[in-house]
Amino acid sequence: MIQIENLHKKFGRNQVLFNLDLDIPGGGIFAVLGPNGSGKTTLIKCILGMVIPSSGEIEVKDNTIKNNWKYRQDINYLPQIANFPGNLKVKELIRMIKDLRQKESNEEELVKLFGLEPFLDKKLGTLSGGTKQKVNIVLTFMFDSPLIILDEPTTGLDPASLIKLKELILQEKNKGKTILITTHIMQFVEEMADEIVYLLEGNIFFKGSVEQLMTKTKQTDFEHAIAAISIQTADA
Amino acid sequence: MLKILKYSFYDLMRSRWNYVYFLFYLALGFVLLFLNNDLSKAVITLMNVIIVLVPLISTIFGVMYFYNSKEFTELLLAQPLKRSSIFLGQYLGVAGSLTMSLVLGLGIPFILYGLFRSDTIWNFSLLLITGAFLTLIFTALAFNISLSNENKIKGFGYAVLLWLFLAVIYDGLFLLSLIIFEEYPLDSFSLAATMFNPIDLSRTLILLKLDISALLGYTGAIFRQFFGTDKGLIVSILMLILWTVLPIGRLTYKAKRKDF
Amino acid sequence: MRYGAFLFFLFSIFSGFAQVPKTIEICPSCKIKTIKDGISNASEFDTLLIKKGIYNEFNILVDKPLTLKGENFPVIDGEERGEILRIVSDNVTIDGLYIINVGTSYTTDYAAIRVVKSENFLIQNVVLERLFFGIYLEKSNNGKVYHNKIIGDAVDEYNSGNGIQLWYSHNVQVDRNIVQGVRDGIYLEFSDNVTINNNVSANNLRYGLHFMFSNDDVYTNNTFENNGAGVAVMFSKRIKMVDNIFRKNWGTAAFGMLLKEINDAEIVGNTFQENTVGISIEGSNRIEYNNNNFISNGWAVKVLGACYANSFVNNNFLYNSFDISYNSKLNDNVFERNYWSDYTGYDLDKDGIGDVPYRPVKLFSYVVNRTPETIVLLRSMFMDIIDFSEKVSPVFTPDNLLDAMPLMKKSE
Repeated sequence: MIQIENLHKKFGRNQVLFNLDLDIPGGGIFAVLGPNGSGKTTLIKCILGMVIPSSGEIEVKDNTIKNNWKYRQDINYLPQIANFPGNLKVKELIRMIKDLRQKESNEEELVKLFGLEPFLDKKLGTLSGGTKQKVNIVLTFMFDSPLIILDEPTTGLDPASLIKLKELILQEKNKGKTILITTHIMQFVEEMADEIVYLLEGNIFFKGSVEQLMTKTKQTDFEHAIAAISIQTADA
Repeated sequence: MLKILKYSFYDLMRSRWNYVYFLFYLALGFVLLFLNNDLSKAVITLMNVIIVLVPLISTIFGVMYFYNSKEFTELLLAQPLKRSSIFLGQYLGVAGSLTMSLVLGLGIPFILYGLFRSDTIWNFSLLLITGAFLTLIFTALAFNISLSNENKIKGFGYAVLLWLFLAVIYDGLFLLSLIIFEEYPLDSFSLAATMFNPIDLSRTLILLKLDISALLGYTGAIFRQFFGTDKGLIVSILMLILWTVLPIGRLTYKAKRKDF
Repeated sequence: MRYGAFLFFLFSIFSGFAQVPKTIEICPSCKIKTIKDGISNASEFDTLLIKKGIYNEFNILVDKPLTLKGENFPVIDGEERGEILRIVSDNVTIDGLYIINVGTSYTTDYAAIRVVKSENFLIQNVVLERLFFGIYLEKSNNGKVYHNKIIGDAVDEYNSGNGIQLWYSHNVQVDRNIVQGVRDGIYLEFSDNVTINNNVSANNLRYGLHFMFSNDDVYTNNTFENNGAGVAVMFSKRIKMVDNIFRKNWGTAAFGMLLKEINDAEIVGNTFQENTVGISIEGSNRIEYNNNNFISNGWAVKVLGACYANSFVNNNFLYNSFDISYNSKLNDNVFERNYWSDYTGYDLDKDGIGDVPYRPVKLFSYVVNRTPETIVLLRSMFMDIIDFSEKVSPVFTPDNLLDAMPLMKKSE
C-alpha cells in the first residue's frame, strides 16, 4: 500500500525524519507511535503530500506521490486538530467536501450514528471541540477509500462516541482497508492495532506486532513495553 | 480551481468585511457625487482615494484572509486537489470579491448619477480598471507575504510596511534622487522608477488621462514619446499585467514547496 | 486721413455720375480671358465678374478701385511663381476667389493678396490654399477681411508665412475667417484699433494669433485651437480679450495665451481648456482677469517675472494640474472670489464664500519648476503630504498669495 524509501525531512536546521524506510502492506490497522516530536505527524503529512520531503521516495499504491495529487482520491484523512472555516454550516461543509471529491458517500448514516442531526444547521465556529471532532470523523469516514489515515482520532471524544469510532474502524478494517493511526492512548493501540511502528528521532525504532514488542522488551504490560522502549533509548 | 474559487468567493461574500468594503465605496461614491454635483471633480477625488486605499485594503484583506483561512486551506490540502489550484482559487476568490465590491460600490452611484450620458465615462472606466489591477497586484503581494511568514503579526507588519513603502516612501526617495541628480538627464530614470512601483504605474496611467496637458510641458524626448503617444498607455498596462503575473507566479511556486 | 477719404468718396460719386460702372465678364471662352486684361480694360468702379475656370496668373496689379467678383469660385493658380494679387488702390473689393500656389521665397514675402497703402478695402469669401503668406495688409487702414478660408500646409517655420498679416494697418476688421496650417494664423504688428471677431485659428505652426507693438485692439469670440504655441500678445497696451476659446495647445513651450510686456489689458469671459499652460504671464501689469474659465490645463496661470497690480476675480479654476505657479516669493496680485475645484474648505455661514482661504500655489509646482522630471510624481500621496504641510505653514510660496474669499460654487 505504502512504500517509503530513504525519506529525509528537514525544517530549517531541524532534522525531523532521517533516512526512514517503511513498507506498509495492504490491509490492517497500523499504529504510528513515538514520543512528542518524533516525527509522527510529519510522516503522515509527507504521505499526504502536505509536507514536501527533502529527499526520498514515497509510493502509494505503486504510484509516486511527487507532483501528484490524484492519489489522494484514495485516502481519507482525519487531521489532528479539527479546524474548519468558522462561518460555514456543518451541512455546507459536508456538501462542499462531497462536491470537491465527487465520490459516493454515506454521510447520513454517520451523522445519525454520532447524533449530529441537531448541529447540521449550526456554524462550525460555534461547535464544541468534541462535536467538531465528530464532524471531522464523519468527513473522514463518509467516503469509501482503501487508505484511511487518522491523526489522534480520539481527541475530545466522549466514551460512547469512542466506542462508536472503534466499531467504525474495525468495520473498515474488515472491508480490507489499510488504516494508519497515531495516538497517545496506549489502550486504544493495544485494543486495535495489528502492527506498531515506533518512531524515534526521525527513524523507525521498532516495527512489529504488539506481541513482538512485548517479547522484545520482556514486559507483560503494553504500556510498560512502550515506556521501556523510551527508557532503553534514553540509556543508549 | 474553479470550485475552490467558488467556495472562497462564497465564503467571502458572507464575510462582514467584504460588505464593509462595498458599503464604504458605495457611500464614497454617493457622497462625492451628491455633495459636489460634479462628475469630473468626483473622478479626480476618487483617483486619489483609489491609488492609496485600494492597495492598503487589498493588502490587509489578503493577509487577513490568508491567515484566517489556514484551517480551510489545510482541509483542502488533504483532498485530492492540486496545490496551485487551491491557492489560485483562494487568491482569485479574494481578489475577485474585492474587485467586485470596488466596481459595484463605485459603479452604482455613478451610473445612477448619469455616467453613461457623460464624457467622463472613459476616465471612470480607466479608474476602475486601475483599481482592479491594484487589487489583483496587492492581494497577490499579500498572499506572498503571508505564505512566507508563519507568524501572523509579522505578516501583517510586513504587509503594512510594504504598502507604506510603495505608497509614500518610494515616492519620497524617488523625488529626492531626482533633485539630487537634477543636472543629469533623468527622463529615462524617472520613467523606469515609475515602472518599479505598481502604485506609481497606476498613477501614471491616470495622469495620462487627467493631466496630459501638464505632462506634455516637459522637454525630454523620451517623455514626449511616452506621454505623447499611445506608447505610455500600452507600456503601463503591460507593466501592470507583469506586476500581476509575477507575484502570482511566485505564489504558485512557493505554494508548491511549502510544508503545512 | 478721414477727411481725405471723405473727399475721395465725394469725388467718386461725381465721377460715377460722369461714367456708369459696368460689369466685365471674364472666362476662358470669353473675349477677355485673363484677369490682367480685365483690369486693363476696366474703368474705375467697374466690376470684373470672373467665371468658373482656371486662370494661371500671378503678379496681378489692381491699381484702380474695382470689384473682383468670382462666380462659383474661379481658380487663380499662381504656379508658385510669386505674388498673385497686389492692391494699390483704395476702394477695392475682392470676393469669392479661389487662389492657389503662391510662390515661396526666402527673401520676399509673397502673398496671395497684398494690400499696399490703400483704404476701404474689402476682402471676403476668398479661399486660399497652398500659400506662403495669405492676406497681407501693409500700411492699409479702414478695411475689412471677412469670411475667408485660409488653409495652408506649412511644415517648417522658416519657409512658411502667416495667414492674415497686418503691418502698420489701423481700423481694420477681421471677422469670421478660418485660418489653419500656416505659421501665425493672424499676425499684427504696429496695428492699432483692430477688431478681430469670430475667427477660428487652428493647427498653425506657431501662434494662432500674434500681437506685436499694437495697441487698443479688441478680439472677441475667436477660437484658437491646437496651435504650436497658442496666442501671443506682446509689447502692446490696452488690448481687450473677450469670450475667446483657447484649447489644446500642448507642448513644451505651448500655452493658451502668452502675455509679455502687456499693460492695462482686460481678459474677460475666455475659456482656457486643456492647454499645457493656460496663460503664461511675463512682465505684465494692471490686467484684469474676470469671469474666465480655466479647465483641465497643466498650469492654469503661470506667472514669470515681475507682474504687478493684476487682479483675478470671479474666475473658475477647474481640474487643472496646477492652478497658479509663481517663480518668486513676492506677490502683488489680487485673487478674489474665484471658484477653485481643488478647494476643500467649508462654508458654515452659508454666504456662498468659503470660510477658509484657498492657497492656489502648491509647493510641488516649485519643485517641478526646478526639476521638471518630477512631474511624474504628480498626484502622488507623498506630494500631497508635503503640499499639505506647505499649506499649513508656507515657506516657499508667497505668504499673501491666497484667495481669501473662494467661491463655493462655480461662478456663472
